[in-house]
Amino acid sequence: MTNWLHHIPILIVAVPLISAPICVLFTFGANRKAAWLWTLLVSWFAFLCAIYLLNHVLENGEISYHLGSWKPPLGIEYRIDLINAFVLLIVSGISAVAIPFGRLVVDREIEPDRQILFYTSYLLCLTGLLGVTITGDAFNIFVFLEISSLSSYVLIAMGVRSDRRALTAAYNYLILGTVGATFFVIGLGFLYMVTGTLNIMDLSDRLMQLADNKAVHAGYAFIIIGLALKMALFPMHVWLPNSYTYAPSLISIFLAATATKVSIYVLLRFLFTVFGFSFDFIPLTLTFIFLPLAIIAIFFGSIGAIFQTNIKRLFAYSSVAQIGYIVIGIALSNTIGLAAAVLHIFNHALIKGAIFMAAGCLVYRVGKLTTDSIRGLGKEMPWTFSALVLAGLSLIGIPTTVGFISKWYLLLGIMENGWWPLIPLIVIGSLLAVVYIWKIIEVAYFFPAPPDRAPVSEVPIELLIPLWILIGCNFYFGIQADITIGIAKEAATILLDNRP
Amino acid sequence: MRHHLVLRVISKMLIPFILLFGLYVQFHGDFGPGGGFQAGVIFAAAFILYALVFGDDQARQVIPDKALILLVPLGLILYAATGFYGLILGGNFLDYNVLLDSPKAGQHIGIFLVELGVGITVAAVMISIFRAYAGRTRAIDDEDW
Repeated sequence: MTNWLHHIPILIVAVPLISAPICVLFTFGANRKAAWLWTLLVSWFAFLCAIYLLNHVLENGEISYHLGSWKPPLGIEYRIDLINAFVLLIVSGISAVAIPFGRLVVDREIEPDRQILFYTSYLLCLTGLLGVTITGDAFNIFVFLEISSLSSYVLIAMGVRSDRRALTAAYNYLILGTVGATFFVIGLGFLYMVTGTLNIMDLSDRLMQLADNKAVHAGYAFIIIGLALKMALFPMHVWLPNSYTYAPSLISIFLAATATKVSIYVLLRFLFTVFGFSFDFIPLTLTFIFLPLAIIAIFFGSIGAIFQTNIKRLFAYSSVAQIGYIVIGIALSNTIGLAAAVLHIFNHALIKGAIFMAAGCLVYRVGKLTTDSIRGLGKEMPWTFSALVLAGLSLIGIPTTVGFISKWYLLLGIMENGWWPLIPLIVIGSLLAVVYIWKIIEVAYFFPAPPDRAPVSEVPIELLIPLWILIGCNFYFGIQADITIGIAKEAATILLDNRP
Repeated sequence: MRHHLVLRVISKMLIPFILLFGLYVQFHGDFGPGGGFQAGVIFAAAFILYALVFGDDQARQVIPDKALILLVPLGLILYAATGFYGLILGGNFLDYNVLLDSPKAGQHIGIFLVELGVGITVAAVMISIFRAYAGRTRAIDDEDW
């Protein structure tokens, strides 16, 4: 008799993986609603698995699963500690609320005969993101990263029905994403050349003795640059605004909340677990490269957002800024700072998920999302706009929201390092967020509706429920922050434990 | 390419051997060089050659688009199903030892099935990619050659 619970680590990846080709078979006979339902079931299954894994890791510590029963470091190992269990929960959780939201918007935005293939690509993207997070094998990370990236290029390009610019956005992302992945794999090649292993734990052991090796340094540089491209750190963010703007609504929600976060997780994994401060210039890159770039990202992203007229684009720029906050947390490299980074990965997923969902509701009713087209809509779509405002408050970091928690911990981390000049910069960054959120509030609530526009009604309840679930999470984890803070702190301790 | 007699005769002669070589690389892959990916590409090359010489329409009669849409996921399903079958029999995912009575035979059948899955998907994807491009523009007239 098989003990299925023992196999949850592989099922969370293998079930979405096999459901993708099964979903293609729905083109023979079954309708597109079945494909949606299938995706929904798989997402919820993955979510349940992630909850189980997180619980299991919290109670019993790390899980190691050997594919094909081959022992690591020879075989591929899935290794789950608190950090990736947490990221798995984010990815699958966002997917579990986004898919119920997706049916109506996908029906509206994707050609009927492409919808089944759309859901297939979505499942592949989900597989890729979950796989990157769960695996303990460095080359496996690359493979899954490519699965998720290739399917997200396709998914973004499917926004073509609403706006043909989706094609150039997807193409741009394709080129830059491939450059990023290639850099990453070249870096892995260097490490493999020197150590002869790809297992992350084994790599980390062997790299301890190789601190002066030039090939390891080159590999480090390639991996860091590749990942920075994938996570859209300034100035390698250029693919992001257009991709998020022209992608179908469901994909904007899912990618904005998860894709860059997973790359940040991989960065954390490599910086702290694999390289584990085995050579001196890792702290130097953090302080003299990552920190300045993160600060520029915050200002560039926020100021860029202020000048946007397209609402999805505005929030895409704000994502660039938010990546900056997370990277500052990483650059601090103390427990509180890292905890703030891990917290903000979670919190920002909730915030951006909610915001892009609200944007999806607006697209559903209005179509094009310029500041002109939402004039005076605040009264006509009260539920959508109040959700957008609440999520905006969370983005700014008002107390009782999740945004506040992560910024508070970021400030605590900065104080611990004594980097006082950073504090006003963070505060100014938040004030810039007030400016662009206010811009939307002003247009939606205080501008009169154009007289020639037909009355717009509120979106169906099916779209409002997932949106308000996310808003609820924004406040629940903002008030009951103990759970997430506890996990984030412990995750930070695990990451820093490797430091000699 | 109706007037290119040499091309047509030679490719008709070659195609069976290409297919045979593809099958050899596929099924001998677990003992020698080769495997599902290489075999799939060689196998697809035969169909692509056929399409180049005899025209896209005729190639579509050999393998209709519907069949390709079926074959691409089928290979992947075969791969993953092998993994899941190992799970049901009590091993880990993709554990071939449990597939048959002796671990050696199990490893053999496991890698065989997985590589077959890879081969089917790769061949079908290669033909699909070729078709996605070939179907876009009008075929060149005989007079223009």
